Amino acid sequence: MQFLSDNADLLWSAFLTTLSLAVVSGVCALVLGTVLAAMRVSPVAPLRGLATFYVEVFRNTPLTVVFFFLAFGIVQIDLQFPSRFITAVAALSLYTAAFVCEALRSGINAVPPGQAEAARALGLTFGQSLRQVVLPQAFRTVVPPLGNVWIALAKNTSIAAGFAVTDLTAALQRLANANADQLLAVFAAVVLGYLVITLPSAWLIRAIETRVAIVR
Amino acid sequence: MRSTRRFAAFAALGLTLAACSSEAGSQAADQAESTAEVQEDVSFDAGTTMAELNEAGSITIGTKFDQPGFGLLNPQSGDPEGFDVEIAKLVAAELGIAEGDINWTETVSANREPFIQNGQVDMVVATYTINDARKQVVDFAGPYYVAGQDIMVAAGNPEGIEGPEDLAGKSVCSVEGSTPAQNIRDNYPEAQLVTYDVYSKCADDLANGNVQAVTTDNVILTGLVAGNPEGFELVGNPFTEEPYGIGLQLGDTEFRDFVNTVLEESFEDGRWADAWDRTAGRITGEEAPEPPMVDRY
Repeated sequence: MQFLSDNADLLWSAFLTTLSLAVVSGVCALVLGTVLAAMRVSPVAPLRGLATFYVEVFRNTPLTVVFFFLAFGIVQIDLQFPSRFITAVAALSLYTAAFVCEALRSGINAVPPGQAEAARALGLTFGQSLRQVVLPQAFRTVVPPLGNVWIALAKNTSIAAGFAVTDLTAALQRLANANADQLLAVFAAVVLGYLVITLPSAWLIRAIETRVAIVR
Repeated sequence: MRSTRRFAAFAALGLTLAACSSEAGSQAADQAESTAEVQEDVSFDAGTTMAELNEAGSITIGTKFDQPGFGLLNPQSGDPEGFDVEIAKLVAAELGIAEGDINWTETVSANREPFIQNGQVDMVVATYTINDARKQVVDFAGPYYVAGQDIMVAAGNPEGIEGPEDLAGKSVCSVEGSTPAQNIRDNYPEAQLVTYDVYSKCADDLANGNVQAVTTDNVILTGLVAGNPEGFELVGNPFTEEPYGIGLQLGDTEFRDFVNTVLEESFEDGRWADAWDRTAGRITGEEAPEPPMVDRY
């Protein structure tokens, strides 16, 4: 226990790094994923094609490869992110957005077509009917799958440890090697850090789900 | 039409990634055949680890699979090669176990102690620095080699880095959780430390100009320099002592004494120097150094 309090600073800052990676990437992925979902259901064929292409590429590429490409690949074409943290946020957001898009699209498909048709009949444009009629209902339907995407994202942040970001997993590697005799305490502290992020999220998601679910 | 476009994008992605992966891993040294002579009829006191292993006719040894010169997996044979590997074969041979009967297990830095503790490996020979915290949970035979932390810079040393003091204000790369990284943190806090999970990423970053230096044990850096001799060079000024030992089950004093004796014999009769020449020495181009004193603590 002595050892844990000695390293409290490192564990705390590592926890904050993991949390901010998850939150910042989560917000970016939600925004980008929503735009992608709108593109996938839009009447404009090139937009649909572009969004489909994006989703298929990122959904089927391992996250580590996305990380590697953003950290070491784009340097070849003279591009670079200003910091390793931003590289990690970019990789996590780009990757997770594909899953957000698909979750949201399933929600859009669950909205009865009559709703969209009624909105168009009232004279709303495509954008208006999407924003005011379809998407609000879609979001309420996909709370559980979006929750899964969020929890997966929180755990996927661990890959950033391999790319120069000192998150909980990096702290695990550092402390485990330096304190061979305290391995269990190190693991317990790091697991607790992740649980503190994911478990309350799971409860919150369930609470939101019961509140907003649409009974059809 | 669409599928062609998709394919082209994938191909482009693949090519870029292939081009930027480090070359350090690609140089599987073509080694001469091992000279470790297997002891045919040896006998050990009943109940000792030596007797058990000899009886079983096989041994499980943990080593690194990604360290040129010490432990590097040969993709053709599926077995690792290097100085650590040769040392391990020497010990196995003295137990009456041929190299074909050795089960190699990859032990990265973070899993060496647990693998020894729960018996997944019989011993670990993996650029394994002997230190007091580790002695609490495992026993060490050796040292069989003393490495030192050194610094690798871009060829020509444009930043004029001669030693760790010159790292102040410069970004220096190492591996998270490694002893060299901790040493920089503790003793040279002015240096901006960047940590990845493997050294090849550090080498990539040095080649890209993202960091100005890479630091770890000289033997590991030598392997990286060998992978890109035009791009990198070694400062050549080791500033720590890292005694490499063989990790064994805690409290197995008989086995530790046995391994220590094997090491001492190999220092004497030239098998140790010969193993160096065929592996790490081939990369560094240096003669075998003076063997260290075994520490029978």
